[in-house]
Amino acid sequence: MTSRPASNWSAQARQMLLAMASLLALVLVFSLLKPEAFMTTDNLIGILQSTTVIGVLAIASTFVIVTGGIDLSVGVLMTFCAVTGGVVMAEWRAPLWLGVPATIGTGALCGALSGLAITRLRVPPFIATLGMMMLLKGLSLIITRTKPIYFSDVEGFDQIALGSWIETWLPSLPLPNGVLIFAAVAVISAVVLRKTVLGRYALAIGSNEEAVRLSGVNVSRWKVLIYGFAGGICGVAGLLIASRLNSAQPALGQGYELDAIAAVVIGGTSLSGGVGSLLGTVIGAFIMSVLINGLRILSVAQEWQMVLTGAIIILAVYTDKLRRQQD
Amino acid sequence: MNALTSSDTDAEPAPLLLARQMGKRYPGVLALDRVDFALRAGEVHALMGENGAGKSTLMKILAGIVRRDAGQLWLGGQAVDFQSAAQAQAHGVAIVHQELNLMPHLTVAQNIWLGREPRRWGLWMDDAALLARTQAHLAALQLPLDPLAPVQRLSIAAQQLVEIAKALTQTARVLILDEPTAALNPHEVQALFEVVRRLRDQGVGVVYISHKMDEIQRIADRITVMRDGRSIATLPASTPLPKLVALMVGREVAETAPLPKPAQPPRECLRVQGLRRGRAVQDVGFALHAGEILGFAGLMGAGRTELARLIFGADRREAGQIWVQGRPCPMRSPQDAVHAGVAYLPEDRKQHGLAIGMSVEANITLASLRSCLRGGVWLAPARLAQRAREGVHRLRIKTPSIEQTVQLLSGGNQQKVVMAKWLLSQGEVLIFDEPTRGIDVVAKADIHQLIRDLAAQGKAVIVISSELPEVLALCHRILVMKEGRITGELHGPGITQAQLMHLATLPQALDPS
Repeated sequence: MTSRPASNWSAQARQMLLAMASLLALVLVFSLLKPEAFMTTDNLIGILQSTTVIGVLAIASTFVIVTGGIDLSVGVLMTFCAVTGGVVMAEWRAPLWLGVPATIGTGALCGALSGLAITRLRVPPFIATLGMMMLLKGLSLIITRTKPIYFSDVEGFDQIALGSWIETWLPSLPLPNGVLIFAAVAVISAVVLRKTVLGRYALAIGSNEEAVRLSGVNVSRWKVLIYGFAGGICGVAGLLIASRLNSAQPALGQGYELDAIAAVVIGGTSLSGGVGSLLGTVIGAFIMSVLINGLRILSVAQEWQMVLTGAIIILAVYTDKLRRQQD
Repeated sequence: MNALTSSDTDAEPAPLLLARQMGKRYPGVLALDRVDFALRAGEVHALMGENGAGKSTLMKILAGIVRRDAGQLWLGGQAVDFQSAAQAQAHGVAIVHQELNLMPHLTVAQNIWLGREPRRWGLWMDDAALLARTQAHLAALQLPLDPLAPVQRLSIAAQQLVEIAKALTQTARVLILDEPTAALNPHEVQALFEVVRRLRDQGVGVVYISHKMDEIQRIADRITVMRDGRSIATLPASTPLPKLVALMVGREVAETAPLPKPAQPPRECLRVQGLRRGRAVQDVGFALHAGEILGFAGLMGAGRTELARLIFGADRREAGQIWVQGRPCPMRSPQDAVHAGVAYLPEDRKQHGLAIGMSVEANITLASLRSCLRGGVWLAPARLAQRAREGVHRLRIKTPSIEQTVQLLSGGNQQKVVMAKWLLSQGEVLIFDEPTRGIDVVAKADIHQLIRDLAAQGKAVIVISSELPEVLALCHRILVMKEGRITGELHGPGITQAQLMHLATLPQALDPS
């Protein structure tokens, strides 16, 4: 026990260190077990690449979860945004500078609609976003007539996730753009959560919604904005996945929301709201993808990968609880 | 065994419960510093002290909820070291917490035996046995409760009795009551005291924590005063009040300043007419002037909090009009109220006043965040910190820093954080709902002084309080409510508690005189 007062900051810093240490431990274990396959540039870039989509969705989920809510629609919303982007860019032949904002805007709009259902119709977040998930999945299939939309004719679209601007400057560092976009989303979101009024209200609402309302804050409006912001981030995820697959796959996306929630929780954000960190979420997303990558390299069967991932999620949250009790 | 005859003799009876040199350290705080405490069988032993003096920590250790860092504990002459609350209970140490911990949907019987239900063949609930057992238990304690009533339908006082019945299911030798009367009216307090006295006469040692001096002098046999994590003195209950307060505070407390005079000529800040919502508030109207402190007295459920929430827009009114500074105000939501310059300090600070897991700074600036922004969205850290420090300074909030989580502050300081939030929001009409509930004498005096200062600055203040002495000492004018209506208005010097109680319990409403 330290004699220093336990403040928000020090508790959160310790939490970060713990999450970071677990990630490094995982990396260490896999590099010792299979150094020739794990610690290669290609594999590490592969891990970064595969973390982008879940990482961005987890960031979106973090905003909703710190308010004490939950968003089950993020995975399907990502797909719906990709499909909308496909219609706008591949079918209507709109240019990239129009298609990209339209895709992100679709996400923001759908998120705001969830927010409206939650605040105006007073449907609990779990139900509102469950409904949204089913609704959007259906719409994606209807719009595409269940067939993928290909972006082959959209100039430069595959470059969004797969190209590498960095490589043209630094040929030794072939980081894909998708990873850079993920990093940018993470940094911007962290700034929004810590430095803007939206983030402050999101945390305060999660801590005690009624106290915030009785402080004269328009809680409903801010919730709509928060869900809308999260939806916009799902739109970015939609662009990333569509660009990587060079297509919008309408059947994809369901189940991603659970991986995203797992990453958020591993990162130390409380499902009851009020406490959260985006750095933690990003680390959580990496823990998940390093684990899956490492297990695959060790030739662990896919079904056993799932079993292990599930066990590790429970273990991670359990250790977090233990640590909190000590505080 | 009788505490009165033995208290002044040299041959002290062996105490029922003896704690020696108890120590407990939390991060940043030494909560208990070598505390000694002795409880005799058959006495009511009051524990007094400011918030944060260590009373609750000591009791939690005695009840096995918190582990001690140092010291020894004997129960009935036998050294004990409780690892859990269940173990303490098995030894006959029962605690009733300040907050009620009942399941509202379950019945009285189900609540009392929760976790220890009588069963048949291991799995099936035996409802008949449960009922019989509860009836016998309640009869033995002489508690007038219906075993089959759902707890949510009971009054707060009856729920308190359920908690006591629950605590006493195992033969209790020690009963700890933490602020049991916070939500009770005088009649209910009387009923509770009868139960406590009966237990005392049966030889139970009762520890009674309270901030209400008059109650302590009525019920207690001895008083132990704690301050800054130490036990200062153990005294007979007849000790005069000023001496007790001086021991609690560690210095003499200054006499309260006289009330400032309201502005002349009177300037109306708030007018309310025909306000109604269901049965809780019926046709209420009054006016409030700059520099005036208007008290609302009445029993629990008289509709005072409900009225305040209507004025603040926290609930929707069904009828009636509200004017602030002469202008009609819609008051559809708290935003309307804050915009019009009305502030409301809620009755329940944990549920309605504080984001308890957030910092002092975040809480103080919550209602005025708009003025701490750059470019409309960016938090301005320097401005936030400056405002928070201003609030901490003006209200003398005891906190290691403005980064401190509000949860770790004492009740009095938490309440000051809520007040600081509203002081910074520049409201002209301030509604304080039970501003000093569960708060120690020193913080209470600070808060009273602050309310007087606000009135002297020309703010219009409403104080809702169930403590009649508080209303009498603090207010220029008092409105009494009963069953949703204003039953009387009193002002000027010479108002008595009896007059107030009479109006609050009137069989029928009278016209305000």
